[in-house]
Amino acid sequence: MFESLSEKLDGVFKKLKGRALLKEEDVAAAMKEVRMALLEADVNFRVVKDFVEKVRSRAVGKEVMESITPGQQVVKIVNDELVSLMGKTHSGIRLAPNLPTIIMMIGLQGSGKTTSVAKVAKTYKKEGRRPLLVAADTQRPAAITQLQTLGDQVGVPVYATREKDDPVRICKDALNKARTDGHDILILDTAGRLQIDDDLMKQLQDIKSTVVPNEVLLVADAMTGQEAVNIAETFDEKIGIDGVILTKMDGDARGGAALSIMWVTGKPVKFMGVGEKLDPLEPFYPDRMASRILGMGDVLSLIEKAQDVVEEKEAIELEKKLRTNTFTLEDLRDQMRQVRKMGPLQSVLGMIPGLGPNLKNVDVDESRLNKVEAIINSMTKKERRNYAIIKGSRRRRIANGSGTTVAEVNRVLKQYIQMKKMMKKFKGGGIKGMKLPGMPKFM
Amino acid sequence: MAFFDRLKAGLAKTRSNLVGRASSLFSKPVDDSVLEDLEEILIMSDVGPAAANEIIESIRSKNAKGGVTDLKAALKAEMANLLNDDSGLLMVDRPFVIMVVGVNGVGKTTSIGKMSKKYYDEGMQVTLAAGDTFRAAAIEQLEIWARRTNAQLVKHQSGSDPAAVAYDAVISASARSSDVVIVDTAGRLHTKSNLMDELKKIHRVIGKAMPHAPHEVLLVLDATTGQNALQQAKTFNKMTALTGIILTKLDGSAKGGIVLAIKKELGLPVKLIGVGEGVEDLQDFNSTEYVEALFQDV
Repeated sequence: MFESLSEKLDGVFKKLKGRALLKEEDVAAAMKEVRMALLEADVNFRVVKDFVEKVRSRAVGKEVMESITPGQQVVKIVNDELVSLMGKTHSGIRLAPNLPTIIMMIGLQGSGKTTSVAKVAKTYKKEGRRPLLVAADTQRPAAITQLQTLGDQVGVPVYATREKDDPVRICKDALNKARTDGHDILILDTAGRLQIDDDLMKQLQDIKSTVVPNEVLLVADAMTGQEAVNIAETFDEKIGIDGVILTKMDGDARGGAALSIMWVTGKPVKFMGVGEKLDPLEPFYPDRMASRILGMGDVLSLIEKAQDVVEEKEAIELEKKLRTNTFTLEDLRDQMRQVRKMGPLQSVLGMIPGLGPNLKNVDVDESRLNKVEAIINSMTKKERRNYAIIKGSRRRRIANGSGTTVAEVNRVLKQYIQMKKMMKKFKGGGIKGMKLPGMPKFM
Repeated sequence: MAFFDRLKAGLAKTRSNLVGRASSLFSKPVDDSVLEDLEEILIMSDVGPAAANEIIESIRSKNAKGGVTDLKAALKAEMANLLNDDSGLLMVDRPFVIMVVGVNGVGKTTSIGKMSKKYYDEGMQVTLAAGDTFRAAAIEQLEIWARRTNAQLVKHQSGSDPAAVAYDAVISASARSSDVVIVDTAGRLHTKSNLMDELKKIHRVIGKAMPHAPHEVLLVLDATTGQNALQQAKTFNKMTALTGIILTKLDGSAKGGIVLAIKKELGLPVKLIGVGEGVEDLQDFNSTEYVEALFQDV
């Protein structure tokens, strides 16, 4: 996601790393590259100017000049400034004291509002709440059908009336329904609109003053360019926003929009949308994002995700298996399933420190993992527990059963054996449930 | 010149931002600091560092040789020169098969609806292929457009193979002697290699239904997208050999500059632009008109 930017900054700092002392002209050269990197990353021009100035004034100061490792110092300064630019801590959604909590989603066409509505619903449903979705997009053809389909998929009811109805009225009626039916979260899906469309902006103001939402969230595409600032500024000025959801973070946009929006509006990015699958939204942590920008990985998110999907008991059991070297093909399959529960592999791998930039050109092919799983599924229980009995005719049967070839079965077995060997050497320490030394081989 | 006016109105924000800011520079004598400011303005308009640099360097060298007296005319000439390619959509065969691709949410289906209207108004029979079998209600959305524009719709179940839909659409269009086939595809981020492979397949299968088809593969780009638009174009181009760009939402964007970056970096012509919500607001791209509209009233 942000790899391209961290690569750029890496290049800058490599030049600095060799030096014992920083001269003013070195800093100037580095700042020029930081500036270009940020501009190419679509960070807004005004933000870049301000940012580079801050970093420069700190970098030419004594702090860096007298430091033994000036390159590292500059990295630290850039990191600190990035964090303070994007806000200090993660801020979520405040729930209202009086039910229901009303969340209103607004944004340009195609920014991902409807998908985000479903993801927010999923997030709250997982917490045991009872959301109601409101189809207030009467503009785009089939938008209501889309929300209904997504509502079905996450198992959350959708309030919808005929197209052509007045969105203000729809929202008002939906609020009444939510109160009668005891829904605790009401999420309004409004039509996409350009921030310069005065009529449609007026309509949003009307909805806002009628239902008085607790949170107005601007949904913005991470790929947005310099325009991000104007969009955020205008929506904030005319409607008033409480926060931002940044979508399509699984693309390779450098995501400068995230930096810009907070700087201009002072409003936090609350969530990120990663992937089209209806997984819950991911919280946005500025400190982690800054680390990510600098290519230092995002270990905290990874641990949190792992904790989310890995049961404590399972983890202890697995650890024991690793120690005693009784890790079977069955365990391998469970492991793979757990890792995949954490979300799209590309995004999981992106969080591992050091891997970031290197993985840029690696295609994570989920279908190969499907194949591995199919192969293991096609084995008998006995075979899974004791791979040694899998000889020629069994391999042919497994290949037929899983729709693969004997060569592919051989490959999986070979990799499993290698993994087992590695585990023998690899004992103790590390994060619970995260010991997957040979995992990348399967991708 | 009705469209020219609409284009002008649509580009009002671009003009006030890009050219409006540049115009204060036009009265000054051309020197390094003026050129630097001009470069900044270009970058702020999403022109991109590379294209901005080329424009500025070209003006700088001309200035060194003879002195540029009219900076505005020089900038206009550079931009027009860079964009100069108005090939448009040439109907080379019948049915004329157009495949439309792009990332999520750029306005593919809406653009297809508008194109369908345009061809219908020109008296042609249009077949639409509902190749976005993935997104919820995408087929329904295209169905509504087909009804509005009197086009034939070829669709399968949601979740079915998009290549099969495209194939059927081309075969059925040939049988019914339709003039134009427009194939919708699901939005996909260019970083998802398996989905990109699927595009390749759709392209190949269309070729089986009709030799030399698709005749046009158009990438839809959202004008509010920043430099990532280039990355998108590069990756899609690798998969399906694009023939041109449809640039949408140009009316909301304060910067139309991405057009220059795309042409400079990829040599891909912009064929259609969307400058408004109305059905008639999708139009053939004309570089002269575009630059003229940008510099009107400055």
